[in-house]
Amino acid sequence: MTRTASTAPPPVPAAEPGPTGKQPSRHRARSGASWRDRPLRKITPWLFLLAPLALLITFTYVPVGNMIYYSFTDWDGVSPTRNYVGTENYTEIFTRPELFRVFAVSFYYLAASVVQIVIALYFAAVLSFDLRFRNLFKGILFFPYLINGVAIGFVFLYFFQDGGTLDSVLSWFGADTDHAWLGSPESANTSMAGVSVWRFTGLNFVLFLGAIQSIPGELYEAAQLDGASRWKQFRHIIAPSIRPVLSLSVILAISGSLSVFEIPYIMTGGATETSTFVIQTVKFAFQFNKTGLASACAVVLLAIILVITWIQRRLVPDEKVDLV
Amino acid sequence: MGKRTLSVALLATAMLTVAGCSGGGSADAGETAAAPVNPEGVSGDITVLTNRTDLVEDGTMKEYAAEFNKTYPNVKVEFEGLTDYEGEVKIRMNTEDYGDVLLIPSAVAKGDYPKFFAPLGETSSMRPTYRFTDKTDVDGKTYGIATFGTANGLVYNKALWKKAGITDWPTTPEQFLDDLEAVKDKTGATPYYTNFKDGWPLESPWTNSVGSISCDTQGHDKLAENDEPWAEGNDLNTLDTLLHDIVHEKLSEKDPATTNWESSKTLLAKGKVGSMVLGSWAINQMRDAAEKAGQNPDDIGFMPLPSQQNGKFCSTLVSDYQQAVNIHSDHKEAARAWIDWFTEKSGYAAKEGAVSALKSEGMPETLKDYVDNDVKMIERSAARTAEVDAIDNASEIGLNKPDYRKKLIDIARGATDGTLEGYFDDLNKRWSEARQTVGS
Repeated sequence: MTRTASTAPPPVPAAEPGPTGKQPSRHRARSGASWRDRPLRKITPWLFLLAPLALLITFTYVPVGNMIYYSFTDWDGVSPTRNYVGTENYTEIFTRPELFRVFAVSFYYLAASVVQIVIALYFAAVLSFDLRFRNLFKGILFFPYLINGVAIGFVFLYFFQDGGTLDSVLSWFGADTDHAWLGSPESANTSMAGVSVWRFTGLNFVLFLGAIQSIPGELYEAAQLDGASRWKQFRHIIAPSIRPVLSLSVILAISGSLSVFEIPYIMTGGATETSTFVIQTVKFAFQFNKTGLASACAVVLLAIILVITWIQRRLVPDEKVDLV
Repeated sequence: MGKRTLSVALLATAMLTVAGCSGGGSADAGETAAAPVNPEGVSGDITVLTNRTDLVEDGTMKEYAAEFNKTYPNVKVEFEGLTDYEGEVKIRMNTEDYGDVLLIPSAVAKGDYPKFFAPLGETSSMRPTYRFTDKTDVDGKTYGIATFGTANGLVYNKALWKKAGITDWPTTPEQFLDDLEAVKDKTGATPYYTNFKDGWPLESPWTNSVGSISCDTQGHDKLAENDEPWAEGNDLNTLDTLLHDIVHEKLSEKDPATTNWESSKTLLAKGKVGSMVLGSWAINQMRDAAEKAGQNPDDIGFMPLPSQQNGKFCSTLVSDYQQAVNIHSDHKEAARAWIDWFTEKSGYAAKEGAVSALKSEGMPETLKDYVDNDVKMIERSAARTAEVDAIDNASEIGLNKPDYRKKLIDIARGATDGTLEGYFDDLNKRWSEARQTVGS
């Protein structure tokens, strides 16, 4: 993520709103002078970092460290005693191929994230131009991302139920499908991948829109003077400038499809062959009391995602975008 | 370079913290949480953990506490209702702070009870008074007293079944399937509701019935020494075949993936659903639902599973959650006083329409049909539950988890490839392999 800092243009002072600019600038100048040449100045950034670092360590690194430690034990999640079992849990994972079969389900979500990126890119490109009700559409597209995943699961459970929203909408158009949407593995996985598209398109959309809007306006003007069409503007100005964001989206999409959890967990509980690797892991930990094995599964998933990201970065190196 | 140093430092800190965290608490050998001799002399604040958030919210629990304070004026009782009881308490039990009185979570291995709970007394002296003591008996000491027990069977809508022309309880699975067929043909109702989505009605109500078919109090214990519990003639075979056939012959709801427990109560009360396998605790809830829906609560009936031994129906009585005293509690006497009062004086079991943990109490009103029709109610032994659970967890089948019966239903309705025989073979194989690894 540090990458963005180097590629992002420096803040433009002219962009600051005029009327309120006067007072703060005077204030800033004074305080800036009083801080200068003091030894405290050196540790100030560290003081600011203290709170976030403490939170980061407590809530991310310590639990992750604990998880790695548990993965080498046979802990059941409650018992005060746990035995060190070495790499036994890892051996078990890699000698049970059926544990990896659930990754087949991830392909549904991976296919869905392709659709999701295309839709998001389309709307981001369209809405980056001056349109009527632009902000309204932006809000509508981003809204689903703000809803809690569990709530989405419940909403769509009613949506897909027998005689539910989807069935009634379809019947208005004369299509009485009488189809159990979550009834068979293909249908259930496709339906839930659809829900995931609905949910995450907004995030991709905002990322793309942000990247597109950071393109200086003069470029479009110049392109228009040269007689470039909208498509040509997209092809030669927008597309190259959002490449870093696009590659970030792809990484997020892959790691997201490998670790799908909330939607299938709430909607089907992993029944009817909709189980994912994370659901399987949760079941090891909380249903069969195999916290050690579950921790090892989580570590393996983390490793898989890191490796895939690394390969992806190797194949598509992140070039510096130089537009201006 | 600076960035790298920082991340190394972070990692080192994390590792150090891990090493510090992973000690694991040790509990001192707890003295018995004995019942107080003089009620006035007991004092202290105790916290009671419960899964009944509904009773905490509507003030019923406060009323119990007020009643309790009439006998024990110096004990202050606080309640903590937990929606995800199992999940939350399991995590809290890694600390010392898990209330003074709590319901024993099923995740805790029986062998670990002495590390978490104070013993309540010698099992030999508890057994004559209380039902279900063997469930929490470790090395001759009892660690928990049941809040209540339930009988197992089928909740059904009497009026609906009468409308379909059925008056007698079916005595064989075949007859039961015929009856469901009749309900479907003559009334158009859904004869059986699986509650597939919520899942839990597929776990304990069915698995608790192991022993009902063979009329054997040891039915569940014997799973520990059976290599093929799903072979022909075993209870699990009969039960799961019955469930399979119900679904396979389309006698259950059309779309199992979107069922809903709360609405299923109203459906049954209104006669849109014919029957469900449940514990007797559900009868009162169904009757409430009937009343709310403007139906006759007396239409809700309870029948044993369709199987007879020597011309008699059997039904297992099993314990619900057991109350125990936290070994780290500072007020063990007060905690024990609460458990005793709650079991003996509160009238909780009777109010819930469930079987009291006290042997001196008779069967509740909800089980009148069972008593009148001479159903043999057998208290299911839980002496070897620890072994059965260990095998169950090792095999990852989950007798008390919804997944394996969900897959059974998926096979039955053709959503997943496979046959019933193939599935049973697979389950048998996994069970026997797990028995080997657990080393029984």
